Amino acid sequence: MSVWLLVLSVFVACLVEAVEALTIVVAAGATRGWRSALTGVAAGIVVLGAIVAVLGPAITAIPLGPLRVVIGGLLLIFGLQWLRKAMLRAARLKATHDEDAIYATEVEAARSAAVGGRFRVPDWYAFTLSFKGVVLEGLEVVFIVITFGANQHGIGWATLAAVAAVLVVAAAGAAVRGPLARVPENALKYAVGVLLTSFGMFWAAEGAGAHWPGDDAAIPALIAATLVLSLAGVAALRTSARHDAPTDTPTPVKVP
Amino acid sequence: MRALRGFLLFWYDFVVGDDATIAAGVVVAIALTAVLAHQDVVAWWLLPVAVALLLAASLHRAARASRRGGS
Repeated sequence: MSVWLLVLSVFVACLVEAVEALTIVVAAGATRGWRSALTGVAAGIVVLGAIVAVLGPAITAIPLGPLRVVIGGLLLIFGLQWLRKAMLRAARLKATHDEDAIYATEVEAARSAAVGGRFRVPDWYAFTLSFKGVVLEGLEVVFIVITFGANQHGIGWATLAAVAAVLVVAAAGAAVRGPLARVPENALKYAVGVLLTSFGMFWAAEGAGAHWPGDDAAIPALIAATLVLSLAGVAALRTSARHDAPTDTPTPVKVP
Repeated sequence: MRALRGFLLFWYDFVVGDDATIAAGVVVAIALTAVLAHQDVVAWWLLPVAVALLLAASLHRAARASRRGGS
């Protein structure tokens, strides 16, 4: 069951990040030309693959106890970041991700940028925009693949889940020829936040020497508890916002 | 030097994010879990409790900041 949860977690996390990367790549490709944009994508994938190839085996060589403390702790911090932002978005205290709006901004910037090539790439701006989009969005996926994979001895499974998600998004992007604005990105991010936080708690506590009641069976209980707690938190935030500002709409916090 | 600073800031932002107290709280909670576990005290409950408290405190601060921005 843990392997399926691992695959599902990585797949959903990668799906969300791939949708965000696709928006940037499509903006670069449609506005400036596909050759340089796709070269940037290929270069970004090579960099991400190299990071997994180097860090994956290096991390799995660390003994499981210390590995689980460090990786579990990092995953927990990372998961709490995702969950916190997702809860603020669900409570309407933070602006939600809008791929159409992001696409329009990227297209505007791409249209006004200077034209020119470097290192045999015809359009350096399109290349760097795509490359940065793929690498920056992909780093979070690489982090999740390595941490989940190393803890569960399943880097191969985690990588397969990530590749599958990228292929699904790429196929959808090729069919739509635009940003995938109808993907329920905010709900998926919420789900990933719950999963990362739950796995992070489990592994960090195990690595620190604690024993969970029921061993691996504690994971679904942790996921359920985290989900219920977070939904209660969202409800409390909404109630508090209505109570404190009955005539004003709360101002969304700036999305970083 | 500027490149190194930018590199470190990127990784700080990537791992720690918007609220450093969450990261600090998680580190303290894991350390306390390890201390309890090594004294043969049941310690699995500590991280879920810490997560609930850290998340509640962080959301409370964010909600307050949002309200201040709207007033």
